[in-house]
Amino acid sequence: MEILRFDLEAPRPASGTRQLALVGVVASGNLEVLLERAGPADRCTIEISTAARGFRALWEAVTADFVAHRAAGGLHISINDGGARPDTVALRLAQGVRLIEETVA
Amino acid sequence: MSSLANIQERVSWFEAGARQRIAGLVDTGSFVEFIGPEKREVSPHLALFDLPVQFDDGIVVGAASLDGRPVLIAAQEGRFMGGAFGEVHGAKLVGLLHASRALGRDVVIAFDTGGVRLQEANAGELAISELMRAVIEARRSGVHVVGLIGGRAGCYGGGSIIAGCCSALVVSEQGRLSVSGPEVIETNKGVEEFDSRDRALVWRTMGGKHRYLIGGVDLFVEDEITAFRDAAITALGRSSCFDETVVRAEQARLANRLQRLGACHDGADVWAKLGIVDPASIPGMPTDQFLAIAASYRENVDDAR
Repeated sequence: MEILRFDLEAPRPASGTRQLALVGVVASGNLEVLLERAGPADRCTIEISTAARGFRALWEAVTADFVAHRAAGGLHISINDGGARPDTVALRLAQGVRLIEETVA
Repeated sequence: MSSLANIQERVSWFEAGARQRIAGLVDTGSFVEFIGPEKREVSPHLALFDLPVQFDDGIVVGAASLDGRPVLIAAQEGRFMGGAFGEVHGAKLVGLLHASRALGRDVVIAFDTGGVRLQEANAGELAISELMRAVIEARRSGVHVVGLIGGRAGCYGGGSIIAGCCSALVVSEQGRLSVSGPEVIETNKGVEEFDSRDRALVWRTMGGKHRYLIGGVDLFVEDEITAFRDAAITALGRSSCFDETVVRAEQARLANRLQRLGACHDGADVWAKLGIVDPASIPGMPTDQFLAIAASYRENVDDAR
């Protein structure tokens, strides 16, 4: 497995009150994304565990795009990757942020 | 009802994931997960094979209420390693069953599994034997253990044996229940014995309708989460006596079934033998029509599978 860690500047903090969110499953071409609230509101840390080695540059690009476009500040995101394509990764990250933004009564 | 609500009302069990199934099965908002993904209780073995782990190891367990009744509930995720039993996956379900006995609380298990996870086969096999014991002990203490089968991985291998120990089983047409799966039979006995790519054959042999007709499962439902919910409530409402008399009755009925149907070469032959006039029409038949015919011809169920 290749472990990748990114500590990114996140211009927009995540809203909502949900403490954690989980989307996706670890299957071929899919991935699971676990989002938790941790760290300063202007940072987003992402830890990726993937069996597909040598795609650091691609992960860098997808995660940079993600923090630039979504409210990801104050989140720690853990990913177990089953060999997902970049578009699937982007989709799951967006779904995850959408889910954790929910307000829990 | 708005069209959106209408769509949400009819969510396919087959298409849904483990968490979605639980959410739709139990009373809204009542589910509390044990050892959730944030605990990261992942498989200690998969890293050896350079395989990715999943934070919940492919099974979601917890407590909830179902039609107001407190229950313990588990759902396997069939898309992660075919829902297979590994060490952690199995231990979570064993723990849930031990808790059911300690608390005197009924259990609902949504099966979706190919059986034991081959990468951690020893731990998986041990988990299966622990689970068989745990299900029997739970039933002996008087709690219901209801199994739901309708997921994409079916219910195979060790999973099917655990299902066989349950007090009641609910199945949809998409559900498959068998010890050996199609590919396993073909690999071991040859394509002449069983063509795993012949999907009609697979369903005639292991599919939900066939299992229901031969009395292997107790309730047959549409492929909808709400239908599984209603059936689970029905199953939990039935008496669940489990003693020597029940086991002897099971044994006698299985012997009888084997004598009566053992010479049949195909599921359709079995249905003909049961007295169904047009067995070829069974696979394509809508649920309500099928249930009407099944009510007249299916084998009786007395916990024998």
